[in-house]
Amino acid sequence: MRKAVWLLVLLALGFSFALAQPRTVKIGFVSTLSGGGAALGIDVRDGFNLAIRLLGNQLGGLPVEVLAADDQQNPDVARQAVDRMLKRDRVDFMTGIIFSNILLAVGEAIFEEKVFYISPNAGPSEYAGEQCSPYFVNVAWQNDNLHEAMGQYVQTRRFENVFLIAPNYPAGRDALTGFKRFFKGRVVAEVYHRLNQLDFSAEIAQIRAVRPKAVYAFEPGAMGVNFIKQYAESGLLREVPLFLPGFSADSDVIRAVGRALVGIYNSSQWALELNNPVNQRFVEEFRKAYGRTPTLYASQGYDAALLLDTAIKAVGGDLSKKDELRKTMLAGFNSTRGPIKFSPNGYPIQNYYLRQVVQQPNGEIVNRLVGTIFTNHRDAYVDRCRLR
Amino acid sequence: MPPSLLLEQLLNGLQFGLMLFLLAAGLTLVFGIMDMINLAHGSLYMVGAYLTATFVGLLGNFWLAVPLAVLGTALIGMLLELTVLRQLYRRDHLSQVLATFALILIINEVVRIIWGSQPLLLSAPEELSGPVEILPGLNYSAYRLTIIGVGLLVAGLLFWLVNRTRVGMWLRAGASNREMAQAMGVPIRPLFTLLFGVGAGLCAIAGAFLGPILAVQIGMGESILILAFVVIVIGGIGSIKGALVGALLVGIVDTAGRAFLPLLLSQVAPPEVAANLGPALASILIYLLMAAVLFFKPQGLFPART
Repeated sequence: MRKAVWLLVLLALGFSFALAQPRTVKIGFVSTLSGGGAALGIDVRDGFNLAIRLLGNQLGGLPVEVLAADDQQNPDVARQAVDRMLKRDRVDFMTGIIFSNILLAVGEAIFEEKVFYISPNAGPSEYAGEQCSPYFVNVAWQNDNLHEAMGQYVQTRRFENVFLIAPNYPAGRDALTGFKRFFKGRVVAEVYHRLNQLDFSAEIAQIRAVRPKAVYAFEPGAMGVNFIKQYAESGLLREVPLFLPGFSADSDVIRAVGRALVGIYNSSQWALELNNPVNQRFVEEFRKAYGRTPTLYASQGYDAALLLDTAIKAVGGDLSKKDELRKTMLAGFNSTRGPIKFSPNGYPIQNYYLRQVVQQPNGEIVNRLVGTIFTNHRDAYVDRCRLR
Repeated sequence: MPPSLLLEQLLNGLQFGLMLFLLAAGLTLVFGIMDMINLAHGSLYMVGAYLTATFVGLLGNFWLAVPLAVLGTALIGMLLELTVLRQLYRRDHLSQVLATFALILIINEVVRIIWGSQPLLLSAPEELSGPVEILPGLNYSAYRLTIIGVGLLVAGLLFWLVNRTRVGMWLRAGASNREMAQAMGVPIRPLFTLLFGVGAGLCAIAGAFLGPILAVQIGMGESILILAFVVIVIGGIGSIKGALVGALLVGIVDTAGRAFLPLLLSQVAPPEVAANLGPALASILIYLLMAAVLFFKPQGLFPART
């Protein structure tokens, strides 16, 4: 009898605790955390977790629970993880995906559940134009953007012609489309290869045979490390200048490739030395927490958490107000790149910078901010999106 | 098409083919002599690459690290044979496939626990990281040339071992008729263990030299294992000569396909179609080659068993 009473008391206490607990916000974080694209996913994850920790393990005043899963850069694995998080865990937001082919495989399922997807990286043109969704916001860029900036820069350098190379997947095609939108010279060849190819001997031989005036390569993750190394080993780097998007020139790639990168120009929406308080805090805290220099990927993960924080705060923690959430997110937030706003399709309106990898007098190799290529640049697809 | 492009692609194909040969040689002997399908062969290639990266990190010297890694992998291979694989010789092929597939998963997970899930960095030795001029006006990566040299050297040693030594004679006897060889007093059990060690060592050489070109990562063995199987099917199971010819064929066809098919297609089709179709066609080319060889020579080009 006494046991039963104790049990009741405990139960009552338990319930009252459960009631007193404020609602938590559940985030489903699916990203590439193993294999050749792991460096990207890990940087995004570390940036995202750092922001949450600095916000006191809260987003907009609500305690946070992050459920993380590795998609192994495999659409099937990603689909299973996303289904589990949507149906069983009932997450409030999703984020984390690196590769556009993975995002395109799971996006519809997320939007159908009316769950917001905050993209820290993948920005396929499909979701910018006809297939745009009110539940999609990208804090980083539309896939074309960094390449548009590089196309513009190579154009101003008046190169007669250029050789383009990218992996054969949605973001690869977006990349070269973006480059060609602003580069007006001749494209001598546009080579697409298998995604995650690591040996570029055949492509490099082709470049040598064609003798272009410049090469532009979009090779995210381990593909970039291998391409640049092999391009340098073949001796071509000394003869034909190589231009890259910022993905292949930040501290992670510098660590792997080393001196071959020195002198290379690249484009980015973010830079280490951007002079604003959010960025300064981010860079300092990231170095302190992880002992390495952050990349643009890490800044994107960090910004995804900041955007969520701003939006949840604006609706007073009431996550059922979906329209209001969307409105406050599109109205913008204070990011590591300063204040940025979004187009109706959920893609950012922001500046794009030119950077150059240089070796400092003390021997350290850094990616330095050189200038601004575009100011308040929008993506090219927003007019095709029916959302206003 | 300039001749320098042809020559460079030929060298690329040769380099890739020779490394494939190192993998296929062990695989074909194990398959031919022990009648054993070992899917975990690719895992030994991965272990070899990881050990090389680890020893390079510890010693700071690629040329010291490679022999250590080869030795280490050979020991691991022999240990695997003594403990697990020996139990499988009498089973049917399906059991062998299932058990060695389980080994792949286990080894992948062990590697993940020891080295983590991010790829390891392994760079070519500093003195080989530049180009060399092989013909006037044609530069080629010094490291890839070295790989070709090492591949030829190891292939030569293997041929000497198989064709000129007593152990090699036992191997050839075992490959052409196992029961007869056993009846004639060939010490099959220790021979098998030794063979496994040699196969694992060859895998490690391929892993060590391909590591800096590709990536040292989990799952690197599975993708190349499929190619190694294509090689031994083309070359004929159990035949070292077949493995060499098959590997060079696959290496050259694969490289040439990737380089020239998109070029050819872009002459006849619009660029977007060529860009999409080229890589897809190139990647099925070696399977077409395999199908063609099987159609005309169902036993492969150089069958060991007659």
